[in-house]
Amino acid sequence: MPDLLIELFSEEIPARMQAKAAEDLRARVTDGLVEAGLTYASAAAFSTPRRLTLTVEGLLDRSPTLREERKGPRVDAPEQAIEGFLRGAGLTRDQLVERDDKKGRVFFAVVEKPGRPAAEIVAEVLEATIRNFPWPKSMRWGAGSLRWVRPLHSILCILTTEAGAEVVPMDVDGIVSGNTTQGHRFMGSGRFSVNGFDDYTAKLKRDHVILSATDRAEAIWHDATNMAFAAGLEVVEDRGLLAEVSGLVEWPVVLMGQIGEEFLGLPPEVLQTSMKEHQKFFSVKNPKTGRIERFITVANRETTDHGKTILAGNQKVLSARLSDAKFFWENDLRVAKKGMSEWTDRLSNVTFHNKLGTQAARIDRIAALAREIAPVLGVEAGLAQQAAQVAKADLSSEMVYEFPELQGLMGRYYAEAAGLPQAVANACQQHYAPLGPSDDVPSEAVSSIVALADKLDTLTGFWAIDEKPTGSKDPFALRRAALGVIRIILSGDIRVNLDRFIDSQLLKHHINQSDAEGDSLDALNAMLDEIADHGVFGAALETVLQSAQSATRETVQAVTGPVPDISADLLAFFHDRLKVYLRDQGLRHDVIDACLSMPGNDDLTLLVKRAQALGEFLSSDDGENLLQGFKRANNILTQAEAKDGVEYSYGADVKFAETVVEKALFAALDAAEAQIAPAMGGEDFEGAMRAMASLRAPIDAFFEGVQVNSDNEIVRRNRLNLLSRIRTICLSVADLNRIEG
Amino acid sequence: MAETSVKPRSFQEIILRLQAYWAAQGCAIMQPYDMEVGAGTFHPATTLRSLGTRAWAAAYVQPSRRPTDGRYGENPNRLQHYYQYQVLIKPSPANLQDLYLGSLQAIGIDMDLHDIRFVEDDWESPTLGAWGLGWEVWCDGMEVSQFTYFQQVGGHDCHPVSGELTYGLERLAMYVLGVDHVMDMPFNAPDAPIALTYGDVFRQTEQEYSRFNFDTANTEMLLKHFEEAEAECEAILSAEHVDPKTGKRIIMAHPAYDQCIKASHLFNLLDARGVISVTERQAYIGRVRALAKQCADAFVQTEAGGWAAE
Repeated sequence: MPDLLIELFSEEIPARMQAKAAEDLRARVTDGLVEAGLTYASAAAFSTPRRLTLTVEGLLDRSPTLREERKGPRVDAPEQAIEGFLRGAGLTRDQLVERDDKKGRVFFAVVEKPGRPAAEIVAEVLEATIRNFPWPKSMRWGAGSLRWVRPLHSILCILTTEAGAEVVPMDVDGIVSGNTTQGHRFMGSGRFSVNGFDDYTAKLKRDHVILSATDRAEAIWHDATNMAFAAGLEVVEDRGLLAEVSGLVEWPVVLMGQIGEEFLGLPPEVLQTSMKEHQKFFSVKNPKTGRIERFITVANRETTDHGKTILAGNQKVLSARLSDAKFFWENDLRVAKKGMSEWTDRLSNVTFHNKLGTQAARIDRIAALAREIAPVLGVEAGLAQQAAQVAKADLSSEMVYEFPELQGLMGRYYAEAAGLPQAVANACQQHYAPLGPSDDVPSEAVSSIVALADKLDTLTGFWAIDEKPTGSKDPFALRRAALGVIRIILSGDIRVNLDRFIDSQLLKHHINQSDAEGDSLDALNAMLDEIADHGVFGAALETVLQSAQSATRETVQAVTGPVPDISADLLAFFHDRLKVYLRDQGLRHDVIDACLSMPGNDDLTLLVKRAQALGEFLSSDDGENLLQGFKRANNILTQAEAKDGVEYSYGADVKFAETVVEKALFAALDAAEAQIAPAMGGEDFEGAMRAMASLRAPIDAFFEGVQVNSDNEIVRRNRLNLLSRIRTICLSVADLNRIEG
Repeated sequence: MAETSVKPRSFQEIILRLQAYWAAQGCAIMQPYDMEVGAGTFHPATTLRSLGTRAWAAAYVQPSRRPTDGRYGENPNRLQHYYQYQVLIKPSPANLQDLYLGSLQAIGIDMDLHDIRFVEDDWESPTLGAWGLGWEVWCDGMEVSQFTYFQQVGGHDCHPVSGELTYGLERLAMYVLGVDHVMDMPFNAPDAPIALTYGDVFRQTEQEYSRFNFDTANTEMLLKHFEEAEAECEAILSAEHVDPKTGKRIIMAHPAYDQCIKASHLFNLLDARGVISVTERQAYIGRVRALAKQCADAFVQTEAGGWAAE
């Protein structure tokens, strides 16, 4: 069984594309081979900056012969039918076989597809793979029309058996396959031929190419950590950078250099980011001081001076870069110490979104909202507002312009330099959190307030202009923002009625979008105040409309009209995200649904508390049986109500109770009601559920011993009204109708 | 590759060596374009000649202006006026990377001691409606050149594809000569009877232009000129293809393109004066791009652009 070796040699492939390209080469070629009938034992793919390589072992030397039989018409069928069959099969009459069948004597066409040699199939599959390769971006070069990520120079393609290696002949737009390749661009010894994978990797190594990216990464990490360790330092781990650097070199040589003394005062994050982004350097930290004091660069070659020239050059470039960073840092500190107003002023010239106005207007909205949320978390309103006002000031700073990924962090440094309260400085950094589902939420109240205000303003804004996420498209990361709000609220046990904040923030966006002015604008602003004071959108609208002139009334109605529906839609979006979040935490979706349909569902903390209590209750034996009891009571009741056309909801009287179990149920319901109502009032869901659980035995006994549909109509109606009490009590805790099973 | 063991000693020697090297590789050594441009790519020898089917090979120095980069001659690396060395070969030869590495050797970079890397960097010029794929070339971690295979220019697919090399001459020369501040770099030989540094030649102009670009340039006039250039470009292109005087088919792609270059530079000046808002910026860039596209459309209908009479 032959082995196959393929190498596609090109000019430098972008590091970020190499790993996927190797995998695509493996998948496409092996899929193509298998589809053509060539199975194999194993396959592996590799990449370096200049080559994609695939080795396939234990390939069939030819595809198996395929025999296909097709049943035709009966021998005595009309001539036309037989001719039609012959045309379809592409055969002549004498090639048909006659056989006995259930229906009599029948023609059979036997078509044999002979197997093909592996080389032929490999050439076809490889050519198709090259021509249709899924590069994220590809190009043409010279006068040709072939596309590849960068110019493709040679194709090595050989099949190796015990008898030796043979080139699989092919020609892709003038690139003729062969059995040769070359090693390192500068340290190699020219073209050489290979006769198999082992020979190939050995000769590459001789010519200073490590084929496997994993091996290169390991070598880099090993040498880097050793070198740092020897100097009493440690390398700051960065897997992304390690993978990238491994894709930039064929023969990694690790070198460690010094960072100029004058730069060591820069924030470590600035050093790290500047070195990584511009130079692809690893940072080397002094574990005693926590400072970054050196760097590690990875060269692509050995030199006679052991890297001295290379290191000196890199060091010089780094100095120039860090001089820039230092220049930015010092300029920024000057602005910061003056109170950052220069930056916040400048944000009024920066558009956030063309329908949602400038960054400055956005910050004002966030600050106003932060003021309103502040009391909920027991924070002084002025402090929250101040934090929100400066939280995004660093977007105007030179450092963040140069390194956008440092936003927030620089804000913290600059707010500290400005002498602002530490809570405000921390909010500059933390209000972006949480960014991902596993990212930490802000740890301080002021940060949480600004984070909530920021995210709520973004969500309501994009809802107001109808730019909601659809399918996989979520360009403004709104799902992430909603999940952020949910996680901040839940982890802080924050009790807040989201509805009211969504309403007022949506209204603000709608006012901004409208061309309301004069009296109308005053009335709309008065409505915002009403919502802030009383929290109810509809009532606020009524109040404002009552005291308004008719022209004003029309504008107010036009601007406020869409708000309730959009608000409900956004709250539903929160609920969807919450469901996903809680499901990941192991809470059943029907349990969540049962709680979502209860009042107060915009208080997410309460909602989750209820859902958790219900989930636990239902997983207990009592809970499960009570649920069955509830369902049974509800079914009987629903059927009776449908039949009689009335609702049995009132007036069950113990004096019509005939049996002991019936009387016991009355007593149990009285007792449970007396406990459940206050427990619910105190949000003691466990207590309410416990009380509900006490109903299980009496309800079971009732159904066991009593026939609801008594011949005595009075007794029957009384029993139905009794069932109704069960229903009412249970539904006061959660909508058990939603529970499955 | 030619071995050049002796290190160059001045800025101009590096330029002369590049000229000699690319001349030896068969490029037409052209002179700078006589207009203010932001980069060597704007020279019609690149922009227009990368279009159409006819083969082309040219190399030249292009003085380039980026008004926003002015630092009054004080920043060691930033200048509002600087030189680019530009090479354009169409179709791109298969050994272009090797030719390029040869040019580094020619200016005294020893391949055995330095670490040369090709790092992904795709090029795009929104004003020219152009893009290509390639790399920035690193020498010991410093970007010394931009290497691009043009895919589209002026909205036209490039067929054949040109290979473009751009060297930032000051930065490259500072590296080769071991100079830390651009103004300290020897411009001619340090032992010449009248030895001049880069600062002797350009410090004063950097100051003058920095002041002019940032604070003095008359923005109303610039705006007016921008609109005039735009109108003139379109007027030139709307002329009949057949010249009524000579009776010949003469499409004035180059004169129109001059107006496009002008508009582009005026936009850069307006940008430096800070009178263009973020949203307007895109609109201006779009206007220049529209001109570049029309010029490209016109050029491909000329003989140099590969048009052939029936």
